[in-house]
Amino acid sequence: MTTEGVNAAGAGFYERTREYRWVIAEWMMSTDHKRIGVMYLMALLSFFSVGVVLGFIIRLSLLSPGWLADQQTYNEFFTIHGVIQIFLFIIPGIPVAFGNIFLPILIGAKDVAFPKINRLSWWLYVTGAIIVLLSVFIQGRPPDTGWTFYAPYSIQTPANVSIAVMGVFVLGFSSILTGLNFVTTIHRMRAPGMGWFRMPAFPWTLYATGWVQMLATPVLAITLLFIFLGRFFGVGFFDPTKGGDPILYEHLFWMYSHPAVYIMVLPAMGIISEIVPVFSRRSLFGYVAVCMSALGIAIVGYAVWGHHMFTSGMSDTARVIFSFVTFLVAVPSGVKIFNWVSTLYKGSIQVDAPLLFALSFIFLFSIGGLTGLIIGALATNLHFHGTYFIVGHFHYVMFGGAGFSIIAALHYWFPKITGRMYDERFAKIGWLNLFVGFNILYFSMFVLGFQGMPRRYFDYPPQYHTGHVISTMGSWFLVIGLIIIFANLIRSIFKGEKAPMNPWGGKTLEWTIPSPLPRENFEEIPVITRGPYSYEEDAR
Amino acid sequence: MKKMQGEGLSTETGHIDYAGKKMGMWFFLFTEVLFFGGMFLLYSIFRYKYAQDFHAGAAEENIVLGTINTVILLTSSLTIALSIAAIKKGKKISSSCLQLATILMGVAFLVIKYFEWDAKISLGIYPNSPVLLALEKGQILFFGLYYVMTGLHGLHVLVGVVVISFMLHFTKRETINRENYARLENTGLYWHFVDIVWIYLYPLFYLIT
Repeated sequence: MTTEGVNAAGAGFYERTREYRWVIAEWMMSTDHKRIGVMYLMALLSFFSVGVVLGFIIRLSLLSPGWLADQQTYNEFFTIHGVIQIFLFIIPGIPVAFGNIFLPILIGAKDVAFPKINRLSWWLYVTGAIIVLLSVFIQGRPPDTGWTFYAPYSIQTPANVSIAVMGVFVLGFSSILTGLNFVTTIHRMRAPGMGWFRMPAFPWTLYATGWVQMLATPVLAITLLFIFLGRFFGVGFFDPTKGGDPILYEHLFWMYSHPAVYIMVLPAMGIISEIVPVFSRRSLFGYVAVCMSALGIAIVGYAVWGHHMFTSGMSDTARVIFSFVTFLVAVPSGVKIFNWVSTLYKGSIQVDAPLLFALSFIFLFSIGGLTGLIIGALATNLHFHGTYFIVGHFHYVMFGGAGFSIIAALHYWFPKITGRMYDERFAKIGWLNLFVGFNILYFSMFVLGFQGMPRRYFDYPPQYHTGHVISTMGSWFLVIGLIIIFANLIRSIFKGEKAPMNPWGGKTLEWTIPSPLPRENFEEIPVITRGPYSYEEDAR
Repeated sequence: MKKMQGEGLSTETGHIDYAGKKMGMWFFLFTEVLFFGGMFLLYSIFRYKYAQDFHAGAAEENIVLGTINTVILLTSSLTIALSIAAIKKGKKISSSCLQLATILMGVAFLVIKYFEWDAKISLGIYPNSPVLLALEKGQILFFGLYYVMTGLHGLHVLVGVVVISFMLHFTKRETINRENYARLENTGLYWHFVDIVWIYLYPLFYLIT
């Protein structure tokens, strides 16, 4: 083991402590935020790969409907694809993995505020994930409602919706506890001198995300509980024959699930705000604006859920207001995009893999955001609602946005977590495949949607065939790209060069401690005397 | 390389300040407010839509038992608050007695609730029952909300009773003491929250006739 930069404790955080006989018990019982974060990361990436495989099968099946899966199976595939990617991967996503590993370090703390609650949320996550998976493998039909569990179908279908819904309910608890923990941590555990505006941008976005997790997730919990009660006890809040109203389900569901989009994307923006300054050797341009816009997005994001329901039946007044507020969300998002680009301006840019992924994020997220405005406008929404245009839009935002930033973060923090360097050349080859494949796959969905191809359909008329074939071919490049990227990372864990303490020249606190991360975050709690990105000051 | 053994994890002993613990609890209560908020939202929408049926439904409720339960729960909030005041003065015995009183009142609340539900169920009024489905739509919803909201509230009371029992145990073992009472105080906050929810449920289900 390298002796360079090893601290007094003498151990990376993943070395055995011998508290328990079995490694797995030692990790599962650990309250160390780094270990919990790494376990989350492993779980998330496993679920991500399962989700990708399911998505890949959906695409393959659409080459020639029926050759791979029948209608029912197809419905189950896109449901499980959605449930896994949304609830098991991207919503917990960045906060639980990178947030857990790096939040305490970035603010100079020993751990999160409630380490045991942190462990509890990890256990809840595992439990929830197992329950969700049970719904697939247990006797009976896997859920076939789509990830949104829309009533009344979700109450009537014979599929295992109850189990899946319970799993998501438990995952919600995990999410709430993580958010609560992080917000308290940021309030109470900052190192001496680390004022609010000396915090790096990533903790700022985690702070905003934490609030959204706390204030939105309970609404989902109660909504899912209503589905459960409807199925088991016949409580008919969403059943018109019993006086209920299925549109109420949509309202309650999106009241959570739209803010949930910001749970996915805000921390992604935080990661990009960390990577761009480091690789252009400049302070984050408009740092305060970037941090404040995170809060802005979180707040305004609560008041836009109605734009998912423009065609569901709502008064024109409500629709106009929701549409207008939707445009408002674009403002803080735009602030961020412009600030990242301004950070690059006149920087001394070093194009390594993390920056490539970050730049792709900016590009893809811009497309996702701008198409979001197209469907946020009432008139065009009526045309695009429920088409592939929507599918293209949210994959640009979630995969192109949150997904790419996770891969960016994986490369950026890889040396810090594993103590090894990944292979830059393979990372770039992987990136090229992924980026090209991604755009072929999802951009053709915009075209298909524009032509009127409805989403979630098993079959389609011949005029859409070309579009589907192009899209499917894109998925091949995308998968090859992902395989190269992850093969490279996995290989580098074992065979990579030893990583120095600060391979990228970062200025934030994680780069002041050894790679891999030591068991004790800091030998001495640091005292902070300046802002997080002090490139200009240091150059002077 | 041999590492330090066992006790090394700083995170196990990480000191969390009193204010942090309180803050975490308040955040948790925010999430609880939103959880119940979803139900109150449904209540207000359905009540707006079926005002007459809600009126008729509430007439079926047993206002005497509801009022007794309100008194019990409000008193239990007082006793838990007094138990915190007692522990702050180091009065272990009186704090324990007051916690025990809170537990007993919580249990009494649940027992009365049981008889209330039982009376309704024996009349055939429960979700999806033929008797209920024969009623007006608004009444179906009213009783649906009644069972769901008082049920989830009852579940919270039950959780509270269990948690206070643990606090009683901790007080006995003196891990909750004059200097270190944040856990008891947080439990008190939770109990007050449960009480407040009931303060809204009581008029919405019993007094709107």
